[in-house]
Amino acid sequence: MSMLAGLWEPFATFGFMRRALVASITLGMGAGPVGVLLQLRRMSLIGDAMSHAILPGAAIGFLAAGGLSLTAMGLGGIAAGLGVALLAGLVSRRTHLAEDASFASFYLTSLALGVLIVSARGSNIDLLHVLFGTILAIDGPALYLMAGITTLSVCLLSFIWRPLVMECVDPGFMRMTGSRGALYHMVFLFLVVINLVAGFEALGTLMSVGMMMVPAATARLWTRRLVPMMALSATVGMLAGYTGLLVSYHFRLAAGPCIILTCSAAYLFSLITSPAGIRAGGGSSPFRSH
Amino acid sequence: MSHGAIGLDDAGVTLHGTPVWQHVTGSFAPGSMTAIAGANGAGKSTLLRAILGEVPLATGRITLGGLRAQDFGYLPQARIIDRAFPISVTDMVLGGAWRQTGAFGAASRAVRQRAADALCRVGLEKQAGRMIDALSAGQFQRLLFARLLMTDASVIMLDEPFTALDAPTTQDLLALVREWHAQGRTIIAVLHDMHQIRTCFPHVVLLSGGQAIWGETARILTPGTLQRAYDTPQATPWAGGPA
Repeated sequence: MSMLAGLWEPFATFGFMRRALVASITLGMGAGPVGVLLQLRRMSLIGDAMSHAILPGAAIGFLAAGGLSLTAMGLGGIAAGLGVALLAGLVSRRTHLAEDASFASFYLTSLALGVLIVSARGSNIDLLHVLFGTILAIDGPALYLMAGITTLSVCLLSFIWRPLVMECVDPGFMRMTGSRGALYHMVFLFLVVINLVAGFEALGTLMSVGMMMVPAATARLWTRRLVPMMALSATVGMLAGYTGLLVSYHFRLAAGPCIILTCSAAYLFSLITSPAGIRAGGGSSPFRSH
Repeated sequence: MSHGAIGLDDAGVTLHGTPVWQHVTGSFAPGSMTAIAGANGAGKSTLLRAILGEVPLATGRITLGGLRAQDFGYLPQARIIDRAFPISVTDMVLGGAWRQTGAFGAASRAVRQRAADALCRVGLEKQAGRMIDALSAGQFQRLLFARLLMTDASVIMLDEPFTALDAPTTQDLLALVREWHAQGRTIIAVLHDMHQIRTCFPHVVLLSGGQAIWGETARILTPGTLQRAYDTPQATPWAGGPA
């Protein structure tokens, strides 16, 4: 196989590689923009917490369906993720605990509960699949679900764009104008949860958040305009999907980790070479012009 | 801008089980200009937020004299705004036109022109295309005032509007506040500078020891009331003259 052919032949030859490619492009497109907003809202940890929080729901879906079923596990994951988001929000409003502290408590509980449920009824292989995904085993229905979630995510994000942005910058002003800031916050958490659910069959509950956060962090190093930042984040995610799959194919490595590590490589490259990277130091933005 | 007074009737607020202020009774007449003063933690911002319905009352009630939520304009403390967020100066000002555009509507040419005029009024026309993190503290406060201009509110509530600003910026923005007052708008501002309150604000609410002393500035701001409110000697520079 020539070097050039090696860039496309695995996808032309094998259906599972094509499906994995479409899955990773879909995931990058949906999760990238959401990840940018998550980081700008200083909620990176909450994204991580939510990815763990969906586990018990996914595990119950796994038990109910009698095996790996993205629909059953996805619905369970959405229910569990939103449940934890609501509970954590409630606790932070009713106690002196900050939202991230209450999220941390709930997600660790969820993670333990999820592992307990899957390991009680399933095999170690099932547990590995739930935690780390099986992107090379994605089937048609799973792809449709992922595409549906990405479409919903991008449309919803466009629809609530203005209130979401204003709520990020100045939540107090939003409330004073009579807008329902809390509602948009919940819709945004819903977007986080559904994108994580879309990613977990491919990358598992533990790694799907990587497709959300690492491309977003990379994009933030290259631009400080919001729309290009989101577009770049999605592009980095999609390209990392393609590159990661190729690396995994040619070097016979696990596909999911290869995709996330490709995202990480893009992030490290950006850290070293971008004007806002380590060369800029920790002070003011290098983009800033007075 | 015809509306009744904003009245507090035996109002009290409790936060995390601790009373902030209690038995507060008084009113902000339409077109009045009132400063809210008091030591740190006295509940000045809480009073603004209680009027805006953001903080629930533990006792008493607040009447708004027929005012609706959209009649209020609010300038939050600059420190609670995320100034690192990637949004342009123009987009930030357009946020003030929320009542015209709503959550989903487009900003019309007329609204965009008003935003440009508002930026011009506060001297930020050259910064219109910049991102907000490129602004200095003074420029950022001018931006918040421009956004407030866009709201065209009958009642303007300012939470520490001149904190950490240089003298020229303070004078420019104070002139804008006076202009609003001359137009018949009601102004309620949380302030720390006693000289500013004495020279510009005819009325004051002094929060002291969980109570509110309410009335004409010259009558309320005496060395004795200030000493009780701030628990400091009368000879402090701000107590008698310019800060």
